[in-house]
Amino acid sequence: MQVDPRVSARIARRSQAIDGLFRTFCAVCTWTGIAILFLLIGKIVYEGFSGLDMGFLTSFPSRHVERAGLKAAIMGSVWLMGIVALFAVPVGVCAAIYLEEYGKAGRVSNFLETNISNLAGVPSIVYGILGLAIFVRTMHMGNSVLAGGLTLALLVLPVIIVSAREAIRAVPPGHRTASYALGASKWQTTWKVVLPSALPGVLTGVILSLSRAMGETAPLILVGAASYIASTPASPMDRYTALPIQIYDWASRPQADFRDLAASGIIVLLVVLFLMNAVAIFLRQRFLSRLKG
Amino acid sequence: MKILRLLPLAAILAFGCGESGPTTSIRIDGSSTVYPISAAAAEDFGLVNPGVSVAVSYSGTGGGFKKFENGETDINNASRPIKQIEIDRAAEHGIEFIELPVAFDGLSVIVNPKNDFIDYLTTEELKAIWEPGSTVGSWSQVRSGWPDEGIELYGAGTDSGTFDYFTEAIMGESGACRPDYTASEDDNLTITGVAGDTNALGFLGFAYYVTSKDLVKVVPIEGEGRDEPVAPSSETIMTGTYFPLSRPLFIYVDADAAERPEVDSFVRFYIENAPVLVPESGYIQLPASAYDLVLKRFENRVTGSVFGGGGATVGVSIEDILAREAAE
Repeated sequence: MQVDPRVSARIARRSQAIDGLFRTFCAVCTWTGIAILFLLIGKIVYEGFSGLDMGFLTSFPSRHVERAGLKAAIMGSVWLMGIVALFAVPVGVCAAIYLEEYGKAGRVSNFLETNISNLAGVPSIVYGILGLAIFVRTMHMGNSVLAGGLTLALLVLPVIIVSAREAIRAVPPGHRTASYALGASKWQTTWKVVLPSALPGVLTGVILSLSRAMGETAPLILVGAASYIASTPASPMDRYTALPIQIYDWASRPQADFRDLAASGIIVLLVVLFLMNAVAIFLRQRFLSRLKG
Repeated sequence: MKILRLLPLAAILAFGCGESGPTTSIRIDGSSTVYPISAAAAEDFGLVNPGVSVAVSYSGTGGGFKKFENGETDINNASRPIKQIEIDRAAEHGIEFIELPVAFDGLSVIVNPKNDFIDYLTTEELKAIWEPGSTVGSWSQVRSGWPDEGIELYGAGTDSGTFDYFTEAIMGESGACRPDYTASEDDNLTITGVAGDTNALGFLGFAYYVTSKDLVKVVPIEGEGRDEPVAPSSETIMTGTYFPLSRPLFIYVDADAAERPEVDSFVRFYIENAPVLVPESGYIQLPASAYDLVLKRFENRVTGSVFGGGGATVGVSIEDILAREAAE
């Protein structure tokens, strides 16, 4: 059948127009996200930049805006991250090794896998309630930085396990068989061959989950982080506050000056998170190039 | 693998960074309304007593009492008197308390500044709007002559003493309130909501209204049996003419904890400096003579509540508190 050339030209023009429209639409979607992000950051920097100085980082909180600082919050967050790293990293990485290297495919490992993936999606406030019941009340840790750190460790554990498993799975099976062929035991293979190759991925997962723990507010409020405290923890059993808690406290004060101070706090938190992500990228690149070389 | 070996070291470093901290600590929780006063007291106390760490949190008056009853905190901030059930639960855990009024607060009813028809509200009108099962959905249903525009309601969440007090004062029963309003534990959100909504009506603590006078408009309230509406101000709250939406604020001190020297000196510091700290935090201080009586009450370790476990008590003026203090 002969198609009228005018008709086919019209169809071609129309589909070209739709193509163009769709392309523009997708581009607008992409830039909307980025524009909103920049708008937010721009607003925060505009409001909070003037409040940033050394005194802001080294003073305790105060009701006088010019004297208020983040010292207690920064030290509290450092303690929290230390505790999270100390507990979540070994447990998470070992669990990933077990599931990938030792666990046999079967009902039990299916059951474990499904649960760990589901845990990664549980809202953080639920971990807060768990931490309150187990660490604060049952184990009598009270509102200590240890209880807060352990709660956050539980929170990021599934993320660490999932990302470490993916990194371990990405190690080519040939490396393992080559290692066995040379007479290495399973332990030697895992420790000397699999883990070093998987390390960039594992570290990236660890640092990204630490940054997530860094920004959490809800579970810490439940396990009793202090809103006002003028001391830094000296032992794991001491009271503490954390960066997002301090920011939340300032943002909810009636005076507008404190809301600007909250913006300054957000800048500090963003810079810390940005640095942590940069370290993750740096480590990944370094290890990748070393592995290739 | 070098990096992996460095991880524990980094963790140890992180632990080591803490300076040698204070040896004794005081734990305070409770009302977010009283929180700014207690945090201010903690700050100034810390300047002269660097050896004591005072940690102040907020989880609402009721939430705070739950921890106080378990002996988890030394002092509870409260924006209403303790309830009988809270007294009972504390007694089960062998906890006695010293009740100390520290300031006065007024609840403010606010509307959007563009709202030009509202001149005042009576407590009956407020009740009609807020009571459980209320079907009031537009201004014309509140008072004839007002426009037929929908009312958007904003207010404090159910965990706050502000909510308890508002419902007690307006509905006559603590906790009785229609559920379909925008509730928040953070009074700033109420301000933001009302400032951005021409048809909004909200209630919140006086301190939050005072710092946002340019964003919202306060509504004078005509109390039941009063003949003219009164707007909240330092004078009207202190003299009790702003009725029934002004209330006393308290701290409850664990009687055992009060025997610890650091708690004892903190509470004394708190009461002695309240005339400065309270107005700085946006509230109304008691008269100097009242603070003398409060201090005496603490020194004599008078336990129990003068309110008989009634919870939120409406229309308590400073004179009332003084009279109850003097009667003991």
